[in-house]
Amino acid sequence: MLELENISKRYGDLTVLEPTTLSIAKGQTVVLIGPSGCGKSTLLRMIIGLITPDSGHVKLDGTLLTSETVNTLRHSMGYVLQDGGLFPHLSAYDNVAIMARHLERWNNNEIHARIEQLAALTKLPIELLSRFPGQISGGQRQRVAIMRGLMLDPPVLLLDEPMGALDPLVRYDLQEDLKEIFRNLQKTVVLVTHDMGEAAFFANDVLLMAHGKIAQRGAIEDFLDSPASDFVSRFIRAQRFPKLN
Amino acid sequence: MRICFFNQILNRVVLTWLVLSCGWWIQAQDPVRIGSKSFTESVVLGEMLCTLARHEHLPVHHRSELGGTQFLWQALLKNEIDAYVEYSGTLSEEIFAGQGVFGLESIREELADSGIRMSQPLGFNNSYALGMKRARAAELNLTKMSQLHAFPELRYGFGDEFIERRDGWQGLKAKYRIPIEETRSLDHALAYRGIQAGSLDVIDIYSTDAEVVSYDLTVLEDDLAYFPTYEAVVLYRVDLANRYPKFVERVESLAGVIDNHSMAELNQQARINRKPESIVAATFLHDRFDTTIEIPSIQQQIAARRWQKFFVNAREHCFLVFVSLSLAILVSVPLGIVAYKFPHWGGWILGVVGIIQTIPSMALLVLVIPILGLGAAPAILALFLYSLLPIVRGTHTGLSSLSPSIHESALALGLPSAARLRLIELPLASQAILSGIKTSAVINVGTATIGALIGAGGFGQPIITGIRLSDFWLILQGAIPAAVFALLVQALFSWAEMHLVPAGLRIQPSSE
Ligand SMILES: Nc1ncnc2c1ncn2[C@@H]1O[C@H](COP(=O)(O)OP(=O)(O)OP(=O)(O)O)[C@@H](O)[C@H]1O
Ligand SMILES: [Mg+2]
Repeated sequence: MLELENISKRYGDLTVLEPTTLSIAKGQTVVLIGPSGCGKSTLLRMIIGLITPDSGHVKLDGTLLTSETVNTLRHSMGYVLQDGGLFPHLSAYDNVAIMARHLERWNNNEIHARIEQLAALTKLPIELLSRFPGQISGGQRQRVAIMRGLMLDPPVLLLDEPMGALDPLVRYDLQEDLKEIFRNLQKTVVLVTHDMGEAAFFANDVLLMAHGKIAQRGAIEDFLDSPASDFVSRFIRAQRFPKLN
Repeated sequence: MRICFFNQILNRVVLTWLVLSCGWWIQAQDPVRIGSKSFTESVVLGEMLCTLARHEHLPVHHRSELGGTQFLWQALLKNEIDAYVEYSGTLSEEIFAGQGVFGLESIREELADSGIRMSQPLGFNNSYALGMKRARAAELNLTKMSQLHAFPELRYGFGDEFIERRDGWQGLKAKYRIPIEETRSLDHALAYRGIQAGSLDVIDIYSTDAEVVSYDLTVLEDDLAYFPTYEAVVLYRVDLANRYPKFVERVESLAGVIDNHSMAELNQQARINRKPESIVAATFLHDRFDTTIEIPSIQQQIAARRWQKFFVNAREHCFLVFVSLSLAILVSVPLGIVAYKFPHWGGWILGVVGIIQTIPSMALLVLVIPILGLGAAPAILALFLYSLLPIVRGTHTGLSSLSPSIHESALALGLPSAARLRLIELPLASQAILSGIKTSAVINVGTATIGALIGAGGFGQPIITGIRLSDFWLILQGAIPAAVFALLVQALFSWAEMHLVPAGLRIQPSSE
């Protein structure tokens, strides 16, 4: 489904991503973890063509990502940022509808039906969508951003710390909802997170990145049981959980 | 027989109609265009030329109170005006500066190369001069500057400029060997007061100043010819002589008609007594030149002023602002967009637009007149150029300061560039763009007063006339409406901001 072949990126002297080859099957969820600045967002941006790799290429369903195909391919990928990236001058509703309207694929009734469906899916009251992004809470904004990412029913979802800014309760609910959405809609998902629990919850295919390289790929348990390097085991253990009993 | 007679009548009717409409056509197409500078003497002399033209039943257009010698000279060359009164000294020192063109004959030759003719001098010489109270001069029997060195007790008071100029006091003192060390430098108004009160004996003046008459001064003769001469002459285009030979003949016969004292009197009537220049000019010509010349009635003239003028000025001002600002918006917003979308061009665009802003308005107008002539067009071009920077910069800044995550989201949605601009970038930058336009508009309203310098009218007109006549009230009649207009424009744009900036940008965000 999603193939990255030998892609690399450097900024001047700084190598952000060493040549990396990666393939993600349809309907699969992959989680990217790793220390700050290791190149997770860069990788995601290269997949959706916001950054052009210095070498290698990206293919989606066999189509090579080039400047000609990039906009069409983007319609098959939903991209959600940590702060949502909602357009403040448009209502939440218009934020969600913007691409569907632009592409004129659907008429207004169909758009409305789709938005109602997504609102139910993300558990947002539909009336709330008439507000501007400045008038709703951070968690609600995040759900709206996810609705926008899902609007065209893209086969691929790229989520860059979509729940980083949410309180634990909201996050807990949203995680449940998202996981269900991913499974039910058969999405191919790349999710970036800093939270080991979240990583384990969403996938048993986790990529740990370090210094622009994939340090280890596998289930979180493998990272604990058979770490590929000293770094992996230190990174995995560097999480504090409250001792509940 | 009958048909023949009818035909004759028809022929006559057609012929008369043709002649009349041709006459009308000539009248409508081809007025005599007179120019004048923005000081009273020039306006009075301009009115004299107009009076002569009217007397020949020619249509006249007086472009009065233009803002500088260069404007008139360029307009004459560009065939925007047909004639105006210039001074020999100005021709040598300013128009042909550095070309060594001195003396009427060489000036005449030089002018001929540009298709311009020069009349014989009108009679007066408006140069720097020294003035004394008539009684005091008579008491000392003083008539010439060369006699001054015999009276070391005289008290002198001069304006700053006269003291500092190389061709002013220092040279004069040396030339006439005036044995004086101390001179008082003071403002002209104070100098006149001093000479009136008797605390000063000699002051610097222009030989045709209105004050020569109103303070009853004797102008000392520059018998060693120290000061350059500024003899008044009429400059006119060669083609005017072909079009209206009779009129040009009358203009030429003005030679020697106006002596220094007459000119000072005319200035005094217009500037101090505030008589309309057209009446001052016509009265003089009637009395001293040709008694068949009609003097316009004063009622007519006064009535034509005030409100009517206010509305004309307001209309002209609005026109200048509206057209130049609209054009500036149409050009600057796209320029700002280009500067944003193509950063490589952006630096150039902002740089060039910024440099335009620093060109002094006088210089810009002089550059523009040879291309567009006089009137609204060059004024609009100048205002247009001055309006670019705030809008281009507002647009560019507004677009460039979009948050990276919004920019990224817009790209990642797969919106093509044009749609991104229309749906996201421009609406989000609308506040910055509008405030750029607002700044431009307010500056534009103020700057539009320069329109009067090149005959485009507007609220600058009463300001120029007010300065010329030292009429504070008249200056306010231009300055206050211009200020009110600027405030109205500001209010209008603040209102527009409320309604044009998308609602989502006007709410206070609940968090972040
Ligand atoms: N435009 C740029 N120019 C230079 N360096 C950049 C640029 N963008 C990113 N970097 C660098 O590239 C590296 C990788 O950045 P990236 O955003 O991919 O990190 P990340 O893994 O997403 O980190 P985080 O977990 O903090 O989000 C960082 O060191 C960053 O400083
Ligand atoms: Mg990141």
